[in-house]
Amino acid sequence: MGKAMKEQAILSVKGVTKSFGGLKALADVGFDIEEGEIFGIIGPNGSGKTTFINCITGFIMPDAGHVFFRGKEITGWPAHKIAHIGITRTFQIMRPYYTLPAYKNLIIPLCSPRARKLGGWRGGGRHGDRDTVAVDILEEIGFERDSKVPYKLASTLPTGYQKRLELARCIAMRPEIIFCDEVFSGLSMSEIAGMIPVIEKLKMEGVTLIMVEHRLRELFRVADRVMALNFGEKIAEGEPEEVIEHPKVREAYLGSEEV
Amino acid sequence: MEMTRKERIDRGIKVRTEGIYAISSWEEVLYLAGPRLVLILGLLSLPLVLQVAPYWKRVVNITCIYALLALSFDFLANYVGLVCLGGAFFIGVGGYLSAIFNVYLGFPIYLSIPLATFLGAILCTFVILPVLPLRGVYFAIVTLMYPLLFTRIIEAFNILGGTNGIAGVESFPSPWVEQYLVILITLIALFGMRRLVNQDIGLVLRGVKDNDQSVRASGMNITSLKAFAVFIASLIGCFGGAYLAHLYMWAGISLFALDFSIIPIAAVVIGGGGTLTGAVIGSFILVPLSEFLRFAGTFRIVIYCVILTAVIVLKSEGLMVYFQRKYHQRERWVKL
Repeated sequence: MGKAMKEQAILSVKGVTKSFGGLKALADVGFDIEEGEIFGIIGPNGSGKTTFINCITGFIMPDAGHVFFRGKEITGWPAHKIAHIGITRTFQIMRPYYTLPAYKNLIIPLCSPRARKLGGWRGGGRHGDRDTVAVDILEEIGFERDSKVPYKLASTLPTGYQKRLELARCIAMRPEIIFCDEVFSGLSMSEIAGMIPVIEKLKMEGVTLIMVEHRLRELFRVADRVMALNFGEKIAEGEPEEVIEHPKVREAYLGSEEV
Repeated sequence: MEMTRKERIDRGIKVRTEGIYAISSWEEVLYLAGPRLVLILGLLSLPLVLQVAPYWKRVVNITCIYALLALSFDFLANYVGLVCLGGAFFIGVGGYLSAIFNVYLGFPIYLSIPLATFLGAILCTFVILPVLPLRGVYFAIVTLMYPLLFTRIIEAFNILGGTNGIAGVESFPSPWVEQYLVILITLIALFGMRRLVNQDIGLVLRGVKDNDQSVRASGMNITSLKAFAVFIASLIGCFGGAYLAHLYMWAGISLFALDFSIIPIAAVVIGGGGTLTGAVIGSFILVPLSEFLRFAGTFRIVIYCVILTAVIVLKSEGLMVYFQRKYHQRERWVKL
């Protein structure tokens, strides 16, 4: 299976290592992602999940390792170039454009060279109807058009909406891969219930999703495969049920039994 | 005690969102065009009105230069998030280049000003390029240092006329050309800038100000976006410098004076940051005021500071924001 998978991997990461001073944040981490799957990354706080995303999406330079997108090496590319070829990300600490209304937050990715070339989400927004496309995306992701939520200032939106705005900004780019950095955290159960269909729909449209999550139960409802990190090392990878039963994962989350 | 609260009612045009209006009558057209016409016609008629006071015509020229600098400061600070104290730098580069083209290379005035404006803007952008990743006060400090740096280079190597400067720069063919050129450029810069910030590129630049990392994540190169913004701002500033060199018929190290960096900031604060028009209005209050206070001799700066402080403390939102609100909304006290 290993070889066959490598040939069709949309994203292949090998041996990514990153240290901050004396602290080893990532040690030889890698994975192969198939097109169209939902891949989960779990791990306790400080295990290097966000650093891993930053290394792949070009926001920090890895010390060692290689990243291949459809067989093409993209290691060390600047972040905007990586986003341009279709690998987008959300931020764990939300980074909306605070002084703009929510829908205008989406006009910016819709103005990007990628969205201009391909058209934004579902090909829309190429010919100046960006406002409509932006509001459509927001409505799909749960911003109620009737109560004028898409037109509210981003800074006045509650956390749940700001998290969804992060995802919406990725969707607007018409991406091939989305890295979701804890999009479920800070959301209520009902908000998550509203998000899961969005994620499943993205999967059906052929988008590959890589989700970093602390909310394991919700993640396992959607994830096809999961990888677990602890202290910057990969400790397990496989089906969600296998990973959560893995002794090292249990130890990382619950502590070892000898104590 | 009777409880009251202030109620604000929009006036004028009924159907509108943000800056878009649905106009249905001549009164509404006038309501919208009125303030713009007052500003445009007011500026254009200044040279005619001031025929009676030739000294003040000179002040209008200088005021327009400060208005241009304030515009470029307001644009960079409030629409791109770069606090740029490089006004003096833009003026100096534009002025020296124009003098070089005119005196050393013998270009006529109608070539030396546009050339100095464009090449100066390119030069300024290239010099500022390495510090573009800096933010906030750090960017401000570096841009404040550049004029000092260039002054010392010119002094130390005694190049470009050294401390004497370059004399003999061609003057304008007539006082009318001299005056209307700078007034027209100010108006074009103001309305052009207002249009620019409402285009897609203006929105993306505001995104850079709010959250540059998100713009990177959207596949756009923030360094080239910022460089574009600096180019636009230095284009305006370098024109001011080139104009000043021809106005004084001389380019010297006083073109790098800190006044060109500091007064525009005060003008933007008084006029209201982020309004662009406020920057022009602020300059047209501050610079003539400072001239007017010359009668007070050395005491001038004290009065000037008191007035400046009073405006900042009492109307910290800026005059333009205040007047805009008064114009668009009617206020009344209602009983609770």
